[in-house]
Amino acid sequence: MPEIDAIAHSLAEQIKKPRADYLEARLEESQTSHITYRGQGLESIGRATASGGNVRALVKGGWGFTSFNDFDKVSDRIMLAVEQARSAGSGESKLAEVEPAVDEVPSGVTKNPVEIPLAEKKRLLDEYNKIIWSIPQIQTSTIGYSDSHKKVVFLNSEGSYITQERADVNLRLTAIAAKDGEVQQVGLSLGSRGDFVSIEGLHDKISEMARHAVELLSAPQAKGDEYTVVLDPILAGVFVHEAFGHLSESDFVYENDRLRDIMKLGKQFGAKDLNIVDSAAEPGLRGSYKYDDEGVRAVKTYLIREGKLVGRLHSRETAAKMKEKPTGNARAINYRYPPIVRMTNTYIEPGNMSFEDMIADIKEGIYAKNWYGGMTSMEMFTFSAGEAYMIRHGKIAEALRPVMLTGNVFSTLKNTDAIGNDLDMNQGGGCGKGGQSPLPVSNGSPHIRIQRCLVGGK
Amino acid sequence: MEHILARAKKVAGEAEIFEVSSEETQVRFEANRLKQLQTNQTTSVALRIIKDGRIGYATTTGTGDVQELVRNAVETAEFGTVARFQLPDTKEYPGVDIYDPAVESVSIKKMIGLGEEMIAAITGHTPGIMCEAGASRGVISVRIMNSRGGQAEYRKSFFSLDIEGNLIEETDMLFVGESESSCHPISDPKKVTDLVLRQLDLAKNRAKAPTRQLPVVFTPNGVGSALILPLMSALNGKMVLEGASPVGDKIGSKVFDKTFSLHDDPMVGYRPGSRPCDDEGVPSQRTPLIEKGVVKGFLYDLQTAALAGTRSTGNGSRNRGGLPAPAPSAFIVTPGKTTFDEMVKDIKEGLVVEQLMGAEQGNILGGDFSGNVLLGYKVESGKIVGRVKDTMVSGNIYKILKDIAAIGSETRWISSFLRTPPIYCKGLSVSSKG
Repeated sequence: MPEIDAIAHSLAEQIKKPRADYLEARLEESQTSHITYRGQGLESIGRATASGGNVRALVKGGWGFTSFNDFDKVSDRIMLAVEQARSAGSGESKLAEVEPAVDEVPSGVTKNPVEIPLAEKKRLLDEYNKIIWSIPQIQTSTIGYSDSHKKVVFLNSEGSYITQERADVNLRLTAIAAKDGEVQQVGLSLGSRGDFVSIEGLHDKISEMARHAVELLSAPQAKGDEYTVVLDPILAGVFVHEAFGHLSESDFVYENDRLRDIMKLGKQFGAKDLNIVDSAAEPGLRGSYKYDDEGVRAVKTYLIREGKLVGRLHSRETAAKMKEKPTGNARAINYRYPPIVRMTNTYIEPGNMSFEDMIADIKEGIYAKNWYGGMTSMEMFTFSAGEAYMIRHGKIAEALRPVMLTGNVFSTLKNTDAIGNDLDMNQGGGCGKGGQSPLPVSNGSPHIRIQRCLVGGK
Repeated sequence: MEHILARAKKVAGEAEIFEVSSEETQVRFEANRLKQLQTNQTTSVALRIIKDGRIGYATTTGTGDVQELVRNAVETAEFGTVARFQLPDTKEYPGVDIYDPAVESVSIKKMIGLGEEMIAAITGHTPGIMCEAGASRGVISVRIMNSRGGQAEYRKSFFSLDIEGNLIEETDMLFVGESESSCHPISDPKKVTDLVLRQLDLAKNRAKAPTRQLPVVFTPNGVGSALILPLMSALNGKMVLEGASPVGDKIGSKVFDKTFSLHDDPMVGYRPGSRPCDDEGVPSQRTPLIEKGVVKGFLYDLQTAALAGTRSTGNGSRNRGGLPAPAPSAFIVTPGKTTFDEMVKDIKEGLVVEQLMGAEQGNILGGDFSGNVLLGYKVESGKIVGRVKDTMVSGNIYKILKDIAAIGSETRWISSFLRTPPIYCKGLSVSSKG
């Protein structure tokens, strides 16, 4: 494995020479392991190591980016990136000013999850798979476990030199039940900042998940229509990510005048008790970090406060062009990609309503729990629940097949009329944008209630 | 590569090296302007061993440590799956044309020109639209070598154009877009931009969709976004082996409409999904999957085929450098006789779906799909009258493809992996806010 520290050291002086308006290099090395099961048997087990780097240059507003995992002639790569930037640029370079940082940030885990023997990881997963298979009518199961430990060195022409380490653990289990040509599945997804303990002791939860998959075989499908919908904290977290989070990423907004008009700070998006935050500065969550991939310090950013748009997520370039403060939200999934504006840990702040009060006066509605996925096109978005129940006369009633919900950012947030008191963060998510997926993020919310939400169905 | 194989052979009965190197150059436009030039170089090596009958696996990037690679593979072999297959000793492969040296010599200037032409065509048609666009070219080299003497090597060129337009009027957002790819250089962007201009024309007016059952025409993009994923899963040999495919026990039975035929074909000349062999060194073949509604076959890699008591169809794919698993190379739906215009003319009230957002989030295994119509149009009395919004379409592919109203005659590639005509379906559940 080439020593990225040595390469970074050798580049430190070269990168400060002003051949471009701005120049940066990011070098990375990672170790990962994974174990997957399909059905009763182990499907794949493996280890991977990887290293690579990139150079990014800015000249007259145009970017050059080159990535490589061959470390010979890195100086030539710098020249290439500068040349590319020159060919791309014809305007003015603008980057928000940030204080150059020299820092070393350890991963914060006492035990590197990648180094835990595969035998130990497999023992736990075997137990989980056995539980799934102990439930009658389970047709098959899938388990995907992965962990990683990554070291990234960032340096730029302004004198920043930052080494950050991070570890990550991710587990997704699915139980698939089948009967008479019907197939139903329920999944569970968890993650942590490299702490293996966080995925231990899930035996009861997994048993419940498998039982639920079997129950769904006889559950009815919802009728497609508008409903009063209550979301649990996990699904509401996906909702806030899709419904609003992506729209607050300003790389989409900063050069689009019409969108800038729509996204004017101060605009009312929701009710007075709606507060939405994105913060990589919260310690220990999967979307947390000290510096982003442009070396900008992470901060807590209010996106919506008392229902009003008050902030958005920035890279150095979008912040400068919109004349706002940088927020440290430029992230790249790995060295093959340039950083783009991304969310980190996004959540709705808790209000004060209890779950019981929230459903008490719903005559007929849907309680949607757990996540299966979500997508957005800025204005319209979809998100799908892993579990769903009818609410009848203020009580949770029969189970439904999983439902897909859809909304429109300009009406659905306004239709969110109750916010619970029970904030919970989900660590199992991964976000995709611009071909970079899955980026570790976390989402959270208390229970929330949405009026007139469109639900797909028969 | 040879030295890794030699070292691996010392510690394991069988070994296989899979090496991929690629070089790609892209020009990207944002907000109608040139924004970034990008090059990506990457090499990765995967080592698969069979030690004491079990599979071990490890990967590293180009300049990684060979000793560590072998050690990692040995560690995983202790717990690995029992290998049921033999690595192929093949050295001869069918000739598939996938490399055009002209791709590498397309200049950056020319690529920038293509991007500018695409943006000019779209912004000239619809003032105020903001486009993201790109042109990309590259070469990918694959080498496979195993301890039984099997050896494969090929080089593939690729070139692609893509454009997405976003038009905002007050709080209404319209997204249109298209892409095209080939192993040849693409010199005329008009094919891509004409399709986008057509989308813009059809979406000009707004129309309301009701909440009830309606006939739906899926355009080739619509087929790709709504119907293909459940089929991919159902025809995957692994799903069949596990009993999780609804058609797993239906070989020879008619499950779909007699107008519906589908096969996998990795040998079409100059298509980015084509190749002479799969990622395990098994020669490429054309595999019939559904013929006139009858289930004909499934896709297999070596291990899955051995477990199922059949032969690999040459569909072992290493997505993201993992262990091989069955995956399609290119799905090809056989075109029918009805033109798109005839389909629309036939509909009294219905929808045309171009993009269904989120359809892959449903119960794929069971064939259910449900999504928000990101781009789609209302049909009234045989005419497209405008774009629908805030509308969901739900269905089950086993129900809607069992009784198809018509399969289109105009077929096209919508990505490297799918060539399909439009499909006109009878009754789908539509829910809408109007």
